[in-house]
Amino acid sequence: MSEPLWIWQAEHTIPSQPGAGCDAIHEVLEELGKSKWGESDIFSIQLAMEEAVVNAVKHGNRLDHRKMVRISSRLSKDLIRIEISDEGAGFDPDSLPDPTEKCHRDAPGGRGVMLIRSFMSNVAYNAAGNQVVMEKRRGESGPKQQCSAETDKK
Amino acid sequence: MAEYQRIVVNEVGDVSVVRFRDQKIIDNLNIQEMGRELTSLVEVDKRRKLLLNFSAVEFLSSAALGKLITLDKKVKAAGGDLKLCRIQPEIYEVFAITKLNRLFEIKEDESDALASF
Repeated sequence: MSEPLWIWQAEHTIPSQPGAGCDAIHEVLEELGKSKWGESDIFSIQLAMEEAVVNAVKHGNRLDHRKMVRISSRLSKDLIRIEISDEGAGFDPDSLPDPTEKCHRDAPGGRGVMLIRSFMSNVAYNAAGNQVVMEKRRGESGPKQQCSAETDKK
Repeated sequence: MAEYQRIVVNEVGDVSVVRFRDQKIIDNLNIQEMGRELTSLVEVDKRRKLLLNFSAVEFLSSAALGKLITLDKKVKAAGGDLKLCRIQPEIYEVFAITKLNRLFEIKEDESDALASF
């Protein structure tokens, strides 16, 4: 499949502290608004970015101020691709407990990865588990129910 | 009665109706503060019937969901009742995907929710 024609892109490197991704996320949302993406798409992309950045800062880099998080965003007419990398040891996204199972449903955490997978069109983690690549196609129907763990490693 | 920064509380009969000051519940410090304030309703003010009205909320992260789950546990442990209402469609999707719509009792509007206590 040919690479989309990117019409906008941005790179941010942020420190590992809560809230540090605000400007990068805001810039993407502003660009989506300018390009007339729908509210539902923008909601999905914001949710995925917020969750992925928090995961990278908190769980990946463990709030270590010496480690950075890199956010790369590219936009074509009908697709946005966002890559978020941290400097942590990585994790296996398929090993996470299913937060929708009754025994985990009242656990206060563990829903970020599931929400990212549900609200984005394509999600892939690198083998080390410290980089996520997320894509959203413009106007795609609502979030996907997650039935089982997907094998989406590169 | 405590003054809250992240929530507004009104009494309707014996139900405490809670609204959120933030349209987007994202900021980590604000979420921590929101969690403390919600907990305080149960543990300090000893309120037992809580209705969370989300009409002003346009966005919330999974960290905020975690605070709601913690609140639910505290309310249940105290023998109380927690309900949610006026959740906007995109946010309801978040509850549905995570199946938290089965953990929480969610009503369409405030009057229905109040009548159900």
